[in-house]
Amino acid sequence: MTTQSKWETVIGLEVHVQLLTKSKLFSGAATNYGAEPNTQACIIDLGFPGILPVLNEEAVRMAIKLGLAINAEIAPKSVFARKNYFYPDLPKGYQISQYELPIVAKGSLSFSLEDGTLKKVNITRAHLEEDAGKSLHEDFHGYSGIDLNRAGIPLIEVVSEPDLRSAKEAVAYLKTLHSLVRYLEISDGNMQEGSFRCDANVSVRPRGETKLGTRAEIKNVNSFRFVEKAINFEVERQIDLLESGKPVIQETRLYNADKDETRPMRSKEEANDYRYFPDPDLLPVVIQPDLIERVRKTLPELPHEKTARFEEAYGLSKYDAAVLTSSRELANYFETTVKASNSEPKLSANWVMGDLLGALNKANLDITQSPIQAERLGGLIKRISDKTISGKIAKTIFDALWNSKEDADTIIQKQGLQQVTDTSAIEAIIDTIIAENPSQVADYRSGKDKLFGFFVGQVMKASQGKANPEQVNEILKKKL
Amino acid sequence: MVTKTLAELSLGLKQKTFSSVEITKAYLERIQKFNSKLNTFITVCAETALEEARLADKHLQTGQAEPLTGIPLAYKDIFCTQGIKTSCGSKMLDNFIAPYDATVAEKFKTAGVVLVGKTNMDEFAMGSSNENSYYGPVKNPWDLNVVPGGSSGGSTAAVAARLIAGAIGTDTGGSIRQPAALCGVTGLKPTYGRVSRYGMVAFASSLDQGGPIAQTAEDCALLLQSMAGFDTKDSTSVNTPVPNYSGLLNTSIKGLKIGLPKEFFGEGLNPTIEGHVQNAIKELEKLGAVFKEITLPNTGLSIPVYYVIAPAECSSNLSRYDGVRFGYRAKDPKNLEDLYKQSRTEAFGDEVKRRILIGTYVLSSGYYDAYYLQAQKVRKLISNDYQKAFKEVDIILGPTTPTPAFNLGAKTADPVSMYLCDIYTVSVNLAGLPGLSMPAGFVNNLPIGVQLIGNYFEEARILNVAHQFQKVTDWHKKMPPLGNTL
Repeated sequence: MTTQSKWETVIGLEVHVQLLTKSKLFSGAATNYGAEPNTQACIIDLGFPGILPVLNEEAVRMAIKLGLAINAEIAPKSVFARKNYFYPDLPKGYQISQYELPIVAKGSLSFSLEDGTLKKVNITRAHLEEDAGKSLHEDFHGYSGIDLNRAGIPLIEVVSEPDLRSAKEAVAYLKTLHSLVRYLEISDGNMQEGSFRCDANVSVRPRGETKLGTRAEIKNVNSFRFVEKAINFEVERQIDLLESGKPVIQETRLYNADKDETRPMRSKEEANDYRYFPDPDLLPVVIQPDLIERVRKTLPELPHEKTARFEEAYGLSKYDAAVLTSSRELANYFETTVKASNSEPKLSANWVMGDLLGALNKANLDITQSPIQAERLGGLIKRISDKTISGKIAKTIFDALWNSKEDADTIIQKQGLQQVTDTSAIEAIIDTIIAENPSQVADYRSGKDKLFGFFVGQVMKASQGKANPEQVNEILKKKL
Repeated sequence: MVTKTLAELSLGLKQKTFSSVEITKAYLERIQKFNSKLNTFITVCAETALEEARLADKHLQTGQAEPLTGIPLAYKDIFCTQGIKTSCGSKMLDNFIAPYDATVAEKFKTAGVVLVGKTNMDEFAMGSSNENSYYGPVKNPWDLNVVPGGSSGGSTAAVAARLIAGAIGTDTGGSIRQPAALCGVTGLKPTYGRVSRYGMVAFASSLDQGGPIAQTAEDCALLLQSMAGFDTKDSTSVNTPVPNYSGLLNTSIKGLKIGLPKEFFGEGLNPTIEGHVQNAIKELEKLGAVFKEITLPNTGLSIPVYYVIAPAECSSNLSRYDGVRFGYRAKDPKNLEDLYKQSRTEAFGDEVKRRILIGTYVLSSGYYDAYYLQAQKVRKLISNDYQKAFKEVDIILGPTTPTPAFNLGAKTADPVSMYLCDIYTVSVNLAGLPGLSMPAGFVNNLPIGVQLIGNYFEEARILNVAHQFQKVTDWHKKMPPLGNTL
């Protein structure tokens, strides 16, 4: 850490977000994931002689949606260009992308860092492009297989300025963007399936220096954890080089998760002159202001708006609000829970962020896969709030909810877990405990205040945890 | 029967003077008789043609016929036809059978056209003499030692030799008009965007346009009527109404203002051709047209601009021929790069390779601004010249080519002199305008053409003028003396 402090890390990210359109960017073929190879590739995706691309307007609307959400400029005219290179999974020998005139430019994304400070990252541009197919190198007896189902699937590439200063910031930015595209319902953000892919441009420079250092581009790091590890590795590598007087070479590197290291790609693979030029098969994309306004009306509540509302409406801390709005699904879960619990939102917040997220994390599930639906968790919280059960019993019921389909009230009924609030019943238990522990009673009365906890414990034990703790305290004090 | 125009055939079919099967057979016989000498067809589809003819006859019997029902046509082998080979004149696509119909082919199918065969062409439409075909050169029916022009030379020679009454071609820099002129037939390149490019194997996407070739302007109008129109599959096709071309052929041309660009009458123009152009001017003057000299100052830059833009687009368009999915694949490649190299080395001809090289060069980083971008700017200037001219005149007239057809092999060693064959036609593609070539005389027994250029979407106007011209002249009726020479 001491060596690092002399150096400043500079990171810019390029994120490929797969858009959730039904058909491809320039053809009518379907975009479902996981279909049999080459069953979702039509002659247009296959680049047959004579075929022509026709732009999918839904992809344009999605790009506008993203542009509006990051306060960017939506280009009144953007242009598709051809990026020329040979590869077997690139059927036409060129990828249709946007080069000089992207559809979205000059936006920004803000998010809170762990220490609570607000970080704003500028977004240079976001452009539409088609995906390439997939080359499969196994199981073909010395040949390569090509699956063109992915060829032509619409992507929007979001390019940030080199505004990020650590791997942690990079991950926070990615999570924010990831959450945003899911909020906007323009991508499922599924990283395993490649719907959200990241390339990181990493460089280091002496702290205080304003000129950028030589960067390396780390390709295709496909989980938040790997992004952090890959960047950290790369930063260390570059600092080591510079400190031993060697230069950093501008190159493309691949991250190997198994070895936790980055390695240069073969130089051949990157020595391409892409010979970009405007695609003569497509007209410029002209976007009228009224289309932008129509798209604006379809924008959902954005993450930062939701966070602010959660703070306001539910009286939550900034931190709680941020956690609970980190995804649209989690936010919806929380709001449903609060409603069903009909009680103080903070209580629901604690249960959702504590027990529930903890359990989900342990079981490696996300919120949409939670075995406890929000209504059922709310039902449990309702019974805590109206004192039907104690907090301690609630933990037992939570486990029961997790493992069954029953609601909290049914479980409480069946197992007789209602809290004992009948004063005479509690008094009876206390009398027995006092009678059974004469020496402790004597010690307490002679000034050993600490023993009070012992008595509370005994009473709770005797009541199987069902006695109302406040009443127990109160009556014990009186009787002792 | 085989010498009839499309309009005459259409009438005869309607009046049941003959059947579609009869005329189809007549053309098939004639093709069989003469094709080995002329080499105009790459594929003849005798069987399917007769099937289509029988079906057309049924429709003609029951009165469900459209103007083109039962009419045999030939397509340049650049239009994709489902189930029938589309070679584009290249070894690369010698084994390629498209799984779909080009929009134009589909429209003709719906109109009841009988597809007799696919015509020879310069490989990937690159050439001005039809010598660049994998299937060998096409011969000019007027003289077998002479080229027919290109790249749609198979189509124009077939129409000239009356192996077919009508054919379609494509025109990127003159590929319909130049061979039409050199073969003595009428050919029209429509406005860019008038005819769908879907299913037309791309050479230079911003310049390519399909169009009709026939004996007369009247026939071209008939064919264009079926070909033209907006196509949702082609983003560059234009959604503007298609006029009734045949219905407008007889509009009077009295008072029509015709511009004569002085740049088209300068150095390099064969004096006999110039004389024929002057004669054509006199004929049209008699019909009431008014002539005026105009200037298109930047057209002199057309050839260099064209030979930057067209190769640039072709270098990218032809990248898909990599031996991976369709077309030619080299035997036993050592690795992936070898597969690309060998397949493309073995299956592309020299002219195609030359243009891929030029195109790759002009798009390379460091050269893009100086060549491609600069060429686009000049292209805009050329376009502006025409728009300025059309403020003064209704149409523009000039020679189609500077010289008549030349001997086979005469220019193959000198690409630049070959490129100059298109000096009067290329600027029309760069500007995206419609242009027509019509027969207007002979130089040493070889036909030559006069070119009419209209403003955007004014095909009707130039067809009208050509039709009026053809009503008072008979150059378009001249036939090559096939019996003696073949």
